[in-house]
Amino acid sequence: MGMTMIEKLLARKAALPLVQAGDTVVVDVDMCVLIDLQFATTWVQPLKIADPDRVTVVMDHAVPAPSLKDATGGTHARAFVKAFGIERFYDVGRHGICHEVIAENGLARPGEVLACTDSHTCAAGAYNTAARGLGPVEMYAILCTGSTWFQVAPTVRYELTGRLPEHVSGKDVFLHIAATWGDATNQNLEYGGPGLASVPMNDRRTIATQGAEVSADFSTFGVDDVLRSFLAERGVTGFEAADADDDATYLDVRAVDLDDLEPYVARPGTVSKNGVPVSQIERRRLDQAFIGSCANGQLEDLRIAAEILDGRQVAPGVRLLVTPASQQVYREAMRAGYLQSLADAGAVVTNSTCGACFGYHMGVLGPGEVCLTSSTRNFTGRMGSTEAEIFMASPATVAASAVAGYITDPRSLT
Amino acid sequence: MSPAVEPITGRAWVFGDSLNTDAMYPAHAMKLDLAEAAKHVFYQVRPGWTDLVQPGDIVVAGKNFGVGSSRPVANLFQHLGVAALIAEEFNSLFLRNAINAGLPALTVPGATTFFSDGDTATLDVTTGRYANESTGVEERTAPLPDLVLDIIGNGGVLPMLARAGYLPEAVAGLLLNGAVTISATSAA
Repeated sequence: MGMTMIEKLLARKAALPLVQAGDTVVVDVDMCVLIDLQFATTWVQPLKIADPDRVTVVMDHAVPAPSLKDATGGTHARAFVKAFGIERFYDVGRHGICHEVIAENGLARPGEVLACTDSHTCAAGAYNTAARGLGPVEMYAILCTGSTWFQVAPTVRYELTGRLPEHVSGKDVFLHIAATWGDATNQNLEYGGPGLASVPMNDRRTIATQGAEVSADFSTFGVDDVLRSFLAERGVTGFEAADADDDATYLDVRAVDLDDLEPYVARPGTVSKNGVPVSQIERRRLDQAFIGSCANGQLEDLRIAAEILDGRQVAPGVRLLVTPASQQVYREAMRAGYLQSLADAGAVVTNSTCGACFGYHMGVLGPGEVCLTSSTRNFTGRMGSTEAEIFMASPATVAASAVAGYITDPRSLT
Repeated sequence: MSPAVEPITGRAWVFGDSLNTDAMYPAHAMKLDLAEAAKHVFYQVRPGWTDLVQPGDIVVAGKNFGVGSSRPVANLFQHLGVAALIAEEFNSLFLRNAINAGLPALTVPGATTFFSDGDTATLDVTTGRYANESTGVEERTAPLPDLVLDIIGNGGVLPMLARAGYLPEAVAGLLLNGAVTISATSAA
């Protein structure tokens, strides 16, 4: 009897010959990633932890500290890493959004289990890692004991064929999938097929990240040459990939022909069954446009935005915010001239943080405003007022729309 | 072995589908202490609800309950005195947060038609039995796995960690006496 990628991975980790949907497994966690918010409220330093070498602390959600509460969280985090000799500590200045930091530093390894306090931890499924977000209390328990449990959900496989067309990105693939098939609550998602080779790692991570928006458990990509070279560049070696068996059992297998895709946009509220090709959306004037987040603040996203904005101007009445996903992305984007192009066009380039994506600090929306975002969620009230409307699209579409002043197909500008 | 999780009976508050974590624990509430944050649960979908809900009440929701972030919404429900959650379908992260906080949660197919607002609901997560005391109808669904019942029976994972010696004695003592709950605000 065959297993899907995630079943294979969890079976190996749980030392079981077979794991299937419906099983409950107990596994050791290979990497436990704590974020700043974990330390910001009623933090109690534990007396002992499982293994400091399997702990990473990342300052990301609220940096530099916008409030006394967050500043105190930083103090707790620094005291904690010092007390336990945690070497992987990404403090302000060498920080980034945790999922970008995980990727840059090779902390997510194929065939292993990674847990983190943020719900977009499924991002690391792009690296064939069983990764998911867990609540702060559960993360605290993993920090202490080194293990946790999972109830194994059935798997849906997306079989990709064709090639990604120009100006179409991983965001569009995801928005197309979410618009077509809707929620995947209590399901695992698996991506493969001959088309995958044309999907670069940054786009795979966007797709994996946004599994959270369709309520999926794990999102998992297989190990191919594209991923192998990505990992080799980051010093990740000696891993055991989790491949799906040919006779694995899937809840559903769905075909996505990349050749047919065009830029997509999701309407406000949810991405599920709520998206259309950008070419079909009505003319909506924008107050704010946002390029950033763990999903789409990657170097490649900034490159795409900079190329569109180079020599152009953000339309009057539109505020364009760009948040690099990490300090490393910021520095590389500066070196490559992307930040210059963005700022010259009238964009505000912020420090790396989760900030505007979750409406906590910077870029909060007022009542009646319309925002087009490339970030992770378009829930009502997510970025500020419940009376603001949040549309979601790719960095290319956001950049082109910021220039036009309304939601625009990026292919019309280039 | 943990103490058994007893059946729970309480007033049902019935909500709809796809209630996300931003609707229960918005970002601006994450800046507040637990008592103030708890006043924001369902602030957009049912304004004023937190003034009406009473200790022992049960929240009933539809499909995809709790999609979104890892913010510990369960702590807010517990602060409001909510005794249990029932949903037709839970987001797994949200469900885990409830379990780890020691808040009983049961998946009940058709829950939002089986229960109406104001009905008296009973659920037993140990056996899977649930009943609408107001209509006199009872049904049975899958009970929670033993591993999950063990966590809920212990009052959540923090008391378990306290017993296992991971927490400072003073904090552990308070936790095991039920005098405080530790929570942490999180996440996008």
